[in-house]
Amino acid sequence: MLRLLSILAVLCLCIPAYATESSAIPKLDIGKGGECVKEPQWMRKNHMHLLTHQRDEVVHKGVRDDKISLKNCIECHASTKDDSVIARDDSFCVACHRYEAVKLDCFECHSGERKSAWLKRNSK
Amino acid sequence: MSEINVQRRQFLKMSMGVAAVSIAPGIFLFDMAHGKADANKVRWGMLIETANCAEGCNDCVTACNTENGLSDGVSSTDSQWIRKIEIKDISTGRETSLPMMCQHCEHPPCVDVCPTGASFKRADGIVLVDKHLCIGCRYCMMACPYKARSFVHEPLQNQNPDVPRGRGTVESCTMCVHRIDQGQQPACAVACPNKSILFGNLNDPDSEIATRIRTVASAQVRADLGLNPGVRYQGL
Ligand code: SF4
Ligand code: SF4
Repeated sequence: MLRLLSILAVLCLCIPAYATESSAIPKLDIGKGGECVKEPQWMRKNHMHLLTHQRDEVVHKGVRDDKISLKNCIECHASTKDDSVIARDDSFCVACHRYEAVKLDCFECHSGERKSAWLKRNSK
Repeated sequence: MSEINVQRRQFLKMSMGVAAVSIAPGIFLFDMAHGKADANKVRWGMLIETANCAEGCNDCVTACNTENGLSDGVSSTDSQWIRKIEIKDISTGRETSLPMMCQHCEHPPCVDVCPTGASFKRADGIVLVDKHLCIGCRYCMMACPYKARSFVHEPLQNQNPDVPRGRGTVESCTMCVHRIDQGQQPACAVACPNKSILFGNLNDPDSEIATRIRTVASAQVRADLGLNPGVRYQGL
């Protein structure tokens, strides 16, 4: 019994140490940044719900709330170096999604580039 | 679709509506009356004046490709949202040139056959594919009598931020919905040097397009199918 307790005690001590080590936030390029549409911690947890809601409103009803659109996320968070949220390992979307091992498939269809940069490149 | 079929569908929808209500008052299992509120105020459409449409001119197609980030048919599987066709009446020899794209049917067969609800009609009459839902089965491509739809075979890069497109989904003319929602005209209508494409609200009696279709003869392609396309042609 005493042995079991001591093992438990050791385990308990280990957990916090392990937790602080792994919760180091990934380093990412937040682009222009600035004030987000919601509080950053809320966004880390819930941005996908906001985007899914917005996408249905836009596609089916044509209600384009520019503030919470993916395009607006990209406007603020695309890197100031390459105008993209996906181009590099530390790009805004990629860095966290890699870290969390969550597949990022938005950009198979959506452009990950700032609209102004796209326009510059595509207007002859 | 014949008139009878349309009515039958209406009847089925109504009885489904009743079933949904009777499950519990106020609780609907599904929303059949999608976007009905302003369904009668706006119906976007086009009137194409074939007499002005010049043979060999491809400006509307080029404008569409540029606007929507299409590749302009460099490979045989590339998407085509609008194409120019030349037709000839063999008995008289009369030749006509015209642009052909999704006709934005009022009763779209592409929507009827879609197993996922990806193919749908907006309240303002624009027929679209919700690519988040499309599984790429291509039933809609087979159902469309106008061969208006394309399948994206290859991975894409460099999409227009306003026009998301991607591999494994079906797409077709959106009437430049991203422009319409911002109060602009479709790219093809703006690009036509001969003003052959008139875009507007068919349901507003004072609009230019409504006035024109009231006063000049125009026709729908394959009107016999009873799909009531939103795109009409003059001088066919
Ligand atoms: S033309 Fe074809 S794709 Fe367009 S609404 Fe009609 S059936 Fe659907
Ligand atoms: S290809 Fe996509 S839009 Fe067409 S019928 Fe299949 S799921 Fe629906």
